[in-house]
Amino acid sequence: MTLLAVERIKLFTTRSPWWSGAIAIALMAAFAGLVAANAPADELTMANTQFGATFGLVVVMVLAALAITTEYRFGTIRATFQAVPNRTSALLAKTGVVAAVAFVIAEIGAFLAWGLANVIKPEANLALNSMADWRNVAGAGLIFALAAVVAVALGTLVRHSAGAIAIVLVYSQVAEPLISQLPSVGPDIYRWLPFNMAQKFLTGDPEVAPQFADGGPPSAALSPWWALAYFAAFAGVLLTIAVATANKRDA
Amino acid sequence: MIEAVGLTKRYGKTLAVDDLSFNVQSGRVTGFLGPNGAGKSTTMRMVLGLDNPTGGSVTIDGRRYRELHDPLRTVGALLDAKWVHPNRSARAHLRWLAKSNKLPDSRVDEVLELVGLTSVANKRAGGFSLGMSQRLGIAAALLGDPQVLLFDEPVNGLDPEGIVWIRKFMHRLADEGRTVFVSSHLLSEMALTAQELIVIGRGKLIAQCSTEEFVAQATESTVKVRSPQLPVLRNALLHAGVRISDEGEGLVVSGMDSAEIGELAAQHGATLHELSPQRGSLEEAFMQLTGESVEYHTDLEQTAVAEAAELISTGK
Repeated sequence: MTLLAVERIKLFTTRSPWWSGAIAIALMAAFAGLVAANAPADELTMANTQFGATFGLVVVMVLAALAITTEYRFGTIRATFQAVPNRTSALLAKTGVVAAVAFVIAEIGAFLAWGLANVIKPEANLALNSMADWRNVAGAGLIFALAAVVAVALGTLVRHSAGAIAIVLVYSQVAEPLISQLPSVGPDIYRWLPFNMAQKFLTGDPEVAPQFADGGPPSAALSPWWALAYFAAFAGVLLTIAVATANKRDA
Repeated sequence: MIEAVGLTKRYGKTLAVDDLSFNVQSGRVTGFLGPNGAGKSTTMRMVLGLDNPTGGSVTIDGRRYRELHDPLRTVGALLDAKWVHPNRSARAHLRWLAKSNKLPDSRVDEVLELVGLTSVANKRAGGFSLGMSQRLGIAAALLGDPQVLLFDEPVNGLDPEGIVWIRKFMHRLADEGRTVFVSSHLLSEMALTAQELIVIGRGKLIAQCSTEEFVAQATESTVKVRSPQLPVLRNALLHAGVRISDEGEGLVVSGMDSAEIGELAAQHGATLHELSPQRGSLEEAFMQLTGESVEYHTDLEQTAVAEAAELISTGK
């Protein structure tokens, strides 16, 4: 508990988390507004209102990676390990706080986006009736939190802001879709890639992305909740490697 | 007490710390002396459990740093004053540190007061001068009111006022009965601050003794002699088996004190124009001991000699 409070103080006594949080929420809401204003009411789906989540997620992952890489950049990681020699606890506390912040940002952003779309197009069918609808909106919190864990883990391993951010963004936004374009084996691999799994949890299968109907990249191999578990396991493995590495390395 | 046994740290092919054993006595100021690159900072990082030793171990009161519970209450350290997030205020920096070792927030204000940073406590640390950063670092080291304090080159880059402040502060900490382990590459600074010295060069222990002993042992005392009957005196001295070297119009004698030289001169009927004991400076003593272990020798001297030789040979 003490260590969570320590990491909370650290995170909120610098400005970048506040800015990143505000930008992520604004992006999610803005895209919902844009989509709702332009789409006909009968075509506006729940997934459409959450279109901005992709961009919000990018900002949150940058926030998460920076939370640890700035510690290496400014040497405060040494001050941290000096005060808390148990590096595993120190890093897990940081990961926990960053993940919780990511969760909160996502929930605010997702519900703001959903609310805004409802206000702009009250006649559209945007009621939260099914589990799929809830997953699509409230589920963002879980995905953002786990993605934040991935970013913190990579930041711990790489230790440089630019490097960590590049890896996180290029992998999640560019590499995975590119892999799906590989001839023959591409789609089969893509079905098992973690960020595709995360997307599967959010948007599910049947009502998913009509733009892919013409043979676009395939959706993930598992059912939504298993896809979430898969993504969580991916984050867990990365975090374990990162913590083990930090314990062995000189600070 | 800080005790290092066979402490070794290897980075790839370089041996930064080489089988180093020493102990830092409780309740005294111990200077950790060595030229730049001798392995002082690496050793201090190993004391704090930041770097893992390749071999050997170092303990504080019998325990490794990573086994300490709320370590800031046992050991305070200032290794680098810039280990602060530039956008975080001085108070916020100390607040998270205090929290991590379950120290009350009131302690933060106390240490800020102690180092005289109360008026800038809410300013961002990135805007601090080196002297102010150093004070913030000392405030952080003192947070847990520890009995053991480590400082790495605390006066480096400070202005004279800052140096005096730090020096006084160290004395005060020692007067309070704390163990202070402070590194420096300046012997003159250490002679003013430290009672004990641990001297290293190229990662190896050169000496561990009291500052007085070190200075006495290291400064080879010599006597300068000038005389119109220099050749007579030289022969007599050589006969007595002491080392002599020419210096201008006189001789520099080592291994015999001025009284003995005077008597020798009288026996041989040599008039003395000068008979003066020379005491080497602290810096010379230090250079003498660590000279061979300095890691980065300049080849400036050799270059200069070579150039001079070339000029002479070309007849310019």
